[in-house]
Amino acid sequence: MRLPETARLVLTLGIAGTLSGVTIVSTYRLTLPRIQANQAAALERAVLEVLPGGTSMQRLVWGEHGLAPAATGAEGGDSVYGGYDAAGGFVGYAIPAAGAGFQDTIRLIYGYDPGRRRIVGMEVLESRETPGLGDRIFKDPEFVAEFRDLAVEPRVALVKGHGEGPNEVDAITGATISSQAVVRILGQANEAWLPRLPPAAEAPPLPPPQERRPVHPGGERGGPVPGGRAGEGR
Amino acid sequence: MPDPITPSAELLKGLWRENPVFVQVLGMCPALAVTNSAVNGLAMGLATTFVVVMSSLLVSSVRRWVPKQVRISTYILIIATFVTVADFALQAWTPALHRELGAFVALIVVNCLILGRQEAFASRHSVVPAVADAAGMGAGFTLALVMLGSVREVLGMGSWFGLSLFGPRFEPWVVMILPPGGFLMMGVLLLLFACVADARRRAGGRLYGGREAA
Repeated sequence: MRLPETARLVLTLGIAGTLSGVTIVSTYRLTLPRIQANQAAALERAVLEVLPGGTSMQRLVWGEHGLAPAATGAEGGDSVYGGYDAAGGFVGYAIPAAGAGFQDTIRLIYGYDPGRRRIVGMEVLESRETPGLGDRIFKDPEFVAEFRDLAVEPRVALVKGHGEGPNEVDAITGATISSQAVVRILGQANEAWLPRLPPAAEAPPLPPPQERRPVHPGGERGGPVPGGRAGEGR
Repeated sequence: MPDPITPSAELLKGLWRENPVFVQVLGMCPALAVTNSAVNGLAMGLATTFVVVMSSLLVSSVRRWVPKQVRISTYILIIATFVTVADFALQAWTPALHRELGAFVALIVVNCLILGRQEAFASRHSVVPAVADAAGMGAGFTLALVMLGSVREVLGMGSWFGLSLFGPRFEPWVVMILPPGGFLMMGVLLLLFACVADARRRAGGRLYGGREAA
């Protein structure tokens, strides 16, 4: 008598599980192209945002033969992004980096101009810093502006008060740990990447126009957390 | 004595008399965690409404065939499926909002409000009242989250749905968008609801109606 009852339970859960699996897989297949397109658009917007003058980009992977354009569709690998202006000239590298923040990992991307050896822009892609305090690393216009022209030599340094040096970033009052985190993440990424990046003249060129993907520069500006939060930094 | 079951009564009870947040005090985790802005509260409320309505629809239609030993597992499976669908949909169409809500979209699956409605209502009623009940509870949950989110956003950021209200000279009351502000505001709103219910009862009305909440 027990077997049919058990079989009924197994059958019920089996059917429910199968239907659930089919539904989830179909939704996944249906939404995947859109989700990937969103991610690609967000990344492209961020890259062009941190490289002023850039209108197109390509992913560059570090491999045996130095830095080379990523094969189409290839994933993974240690990579940065090359930004190019409308004429195809090299503008700079956009370097993604991540590290521990005050609450969780901060992911950011910053633009580096190898000719002038300066950081030319920085954007926080993902962070869970305290609203109103730590989130000023991307909401405080003054702090963000520090990274528009920042020398990487001898190293990016955080100072309290007003730093005058070209390599100095003013810490945000009340968000020292988050500011420190950003500077530390930049420092680590600089150490890892700057020696490997070829100078502008030797940067991998952009492929011919017919092989390029269309880009849409000048997208919406703002922090990585749009959705209507006005950045009321003082 | 139970009220007669009519779809409109089932729909309306969730808004006020049995409001899932302010009266049943269910689903506190998302209600406190994501309501630092009105738009986040609205999005979480709508996603939860979608999940509870679809789950109730399915649970009430298959209730005859689900053996009672595995009913909870089946409900959770159904709920988890709709949560995953909502998660993918938010990611595809509103990526910014999905980033804001983060892990809390996936955590809708453990919102006891949803499982509670399946066990207490959908599994015992036919499709129409079950959907009406779920829609009412979802709407009540959304209303509560938007209320919480609105008060916290206005005080903590000086804006409502991202619209700046007081101009640049406003000094935001930052604690309101931090976790303590959530608890504080929840307490104030619970107090308010209790006071209103109390006043109604004194005036001769009933206290939350006859039926017990889940």
